[in-house]
Amino acid sequence: MDCVALCQVVQSLGVADPSLARFIGLLIAVVLVSGVPLLTVVFLILAERKIAARIQDRIGPNRVGPYGLLQTVADLLKLLGKEDITPAAADRVLYNAAPLISFASVVLIWAVIPFMYAANEPGAVVGVDLDIGVLYFVAVASLGTLAIMTAGWASNNKYALLGAFRVVALLVSYEIPLVFALLIPVMFAGSMSMVDIIEAQSHMWFIFMAPLATFLFFISSQAETGRAPFDLIEAESELVAGFNIEYSGMKFGMFFAAEFLHVFTNGILLAILYMGGYLGFLYQVFPPIGFLWLGLKGTIFYFISLWLRNTLPRLRIDQVMGFNWFFLVPVSILNVILTALILKLMQLAGWAPTDMANSSLIGMLPITIVLLAKDVIMIVMIMGRVALEGREARAAEQRLNDDLLVTAAGD
Amino acid sequence: MIPLWLYLMVSAALFSIGTFGVLSRRNGVAVLMSVELMLNAVNINLIAFWRYLTPTEINGFAFTAFVVVIAAAEAAVGLAIIISVYRSRRSVIPEEADMLRG
Amino acid sequence: MNDINIFLILAWVVFTIITLGGALGVVTTRNLFRGTIWLMVSLFGVAGYYVLLEAPFLAAVQVLVYIGAIAILFTFAVMLTRSLTQLTDRYNRPIANVVGAVLLFVLLMVGVILPIWFTNEPVDPAIINAQVQDTRDLGEALVSKDGFVIPFEVVSLLLTAAMIGAIVIAREVEEDEKGKRA
Repeated sequence: MDCVALCQVVQSLGVADPSLARFIGLLIAVVLVSGVPLLTVVFLILAERKIAARIQDRIGPNRVGPYGLLQTVADLLKLLGKEDITPAAADRVLYNAAPLISFASVVLIWAVIPFMYAANEPGAVVGVDLDIGVLYFVAVASLGTLAIMTAGWASNNKYALLGAFRVVALLVSYEIPLVFALLIPVMFAGSMSMVDIIEAQSHMWFIFMAPLATFLFFISSQAETGRAPFDLIEAESELVAGFNIEYSGMKFGMFFAAEFLHVFTNGILLAILYMGGYLGFLYQVFPPIGFLWLGLKGTIFYFISLWLRNTLPRLRIDQVMGFNWFFLVPVSILNVILTALILKLMQLAGWAPTDMANSSLIGMLPITIVLLAKDVIMIVMIMGRVALEGREARAAEQRLNDDLLVTAAGD
Repeated sequence: MIPLWLYLMVSAALFSIGTFGVLSRRNGVAVLMSVELMLNAVNINLIAFWRYLTPTEINGFAFTAFVVVIAAAEAAVGLAIIISVYRSRRSVIPEEADMLRG
Repeated sequence: MNDINIFLILAWVVFTIITLGGALGVVTTRNLFRGTIWLMVSLFGVAGYYVLLEAPFLAAVQVLVYIGAIAILFTFAVMLTRSLTQLTDRYNRPIANVVGAVLLFVLLMVGVILPIWFTNEPVDPAIINAQVQDTRDLGEALVSKDGFVIPFEVVSLLLTAAMIGAIVIAREVEEDEKGKRA
C-alpha cells in the first residue's frame, strides 16, 4: 500500500477522472505521511523534557494537563504568541526560508519509511517505496546542512555565522561514516529500497550481523542531529546559541522541532535498517501491531540518545573532528571492506544465502556467526588500541608532571 | 511523454546562461558556478538522449555519473586555487592572477 | 503512453522555471552568497528533470553531491574570500557577452533543436515503454570488464588526486620565526 495504491483506491471510490483521483490520492498520502511525524514531535518534546528531568533528579513539567501532557501545547501557543523579530540587516527571504528548509528536510525522510506490513504491492504501508530509498534519505538529510548555512549567513550575526561554519564542517564530516554504515544493510539486502531491507531481515535482524555498523550509524546520526556530546551547534558557553541565535517565536520553534524530530527519525531509521522495522510478533496477522513494533524499536534508540545527551559533557570542536577523521572514518571503511569480502566469500562457498528474504533461520546462522565474530574481533582490537593509547597519554602526562615537580623543587 | 526537443531546449538555454556567466562575471567563484551550470546542461542532454534513444544501453547513464564526479573534482580544485590566489593577491578576479606574466 | 499527462507537463514547467530562473539568478546576482543559493535552486531543478527522465538514482546523487557538497563548498569559498573584495562592477563587457550567449542559444536552437521540432517524429513506442537501465545495471557496468571499469578507476584516482591537491593548494603556508616556509 503506497501512494499509487491509494490513488487506485480513490479511483475505485467513484472519482471518475483519473487525473483528479491521482491528485486526491497523492494529497491524502502526503497529509498522512507528514501528519505522523508532526503529531509525534508534540509528544517527543514532552518525553524529552520528562526523561531529562528524571535523569537530573527533577520531576519535569507536571502542571499543564494530567501529568503535564499538555505542556507542549502550551509552549506552542506561547511560541506562536511571541513577537516575530527579523534583524534589520538580515537577508529577509533567506532568513525566513531557513527554518522551513530545516523542517522540510526531516519530514521528507518520512516519505520512504515503511510503517506496517501490507499484503499487496510493495509489501508495506509506505509513502512511496523508492528503489533508491536509502540514497534518498541521505540526499534529503543533506538539505539540513543547507538550512543551517543559510540561517547562519542570513542572520548577519557573527556568532550565528561561526556556529554555522562549525556545524557544517561537522555535518559534512560525519556524513562519511553515516553513508558507510548505511552500505552494510544495503549490501546484505542487495537493494536500497527500505521495504526490501526490512524483508531481508525476516529471519535475522542485521543488528546481530553487523553490530559495529549499527554503532557507527548511531554515533554519526547522533552527530548529524547535533545532539550531545556533539552539540557544538548550540555551545551556549562559546557561541551564545549558535546558528539560530537571531531566531525567535515560531521560527525558532521550527528549528527546535526539526532537531527533535530528526533524533526520533534516526531512531526509526535504525530500527528499519538494523532491527527489522515492523517485523515482530504477529506483524502479518494484524499489521497495526507492526506499527507498534516499529515505534517501540525506534523509541529504544531515541531513549539511548536522550540518555547520552543528558549524561555526557560537550566535546571541543577539534576533539569531535579528530574522533571522526581518525576513528570513525577508518573503522567504517575497514568495516565495509571486511563485511563485503566475508559476505561474498561465504556466498561463493554456499554458506550464506544470496536472497536473505527467502532464506531461513538455519540458513542465516553461519554468516551471522562469522560476521558477529568479525565485529567482536574488530571491537576488541579497537578497544585495546584505545586503551593502550590512553595509558601512554596518561603516562606521558605523569612524566611531564614529575619533571615539573622536580624543576620546582630544584628552585 | 514530453517531447525530446523540450529537454534539449532547456539544456541549450542553461548552457547559454552558463556561457554568459563564464565570459562576463568578474568574480572567480561566480565563474566556477557558471561552469557548474554548463556541466549540468550537458548532463540533462546526456540523460535526455539516453532515455529517448537508447534506454536499454547503460552508456549515457554511466557517463552522467562520471560527469558528476568530474564536476566535484573540478569544483574542489578550482575553489582551492581561488582561495590560494585570494590569500596572496587579495583578489578573486581571475584577470588579476597574473603572477606568472613575465 | 502517447497521451501527454497533465502532471508531467506541469512538473516540466515547474522544473524549467526553477532551473532557468536559478541559473539567471547565478549569473545576475550581486550578492555571491545568494548566488550559491540560486545555484542550489537551479541544480535542484535539474534533479527534477532526472526524475522525469526516469533516472531517480542520478536525481538523488545530484541532490547529494551538488547541493549537499559542491554548493556548500561554494558557500565556504564565498565567505572565505568575502571581506576585501569590493567589486564595483559585476561584469566584463556585459553587452557583448549577452549578445554572444543569445547567439549561441539561437545557434543551438537552429542547428540541433529545429530539425527535430519540424519533423516532430513520434518516438518509437518500443523505446518509450522499454525497461530502462536501473541502479543495479549501473553498478554492474562500473565494475565489469566490458563496461566502465577503467574509466571508473581513472575517475577514482582523479577524485583522490583532486582532493589531495585541493588540500595542498588551499592549506595556509605556515611560516616559522626565520620566515622560512615550513
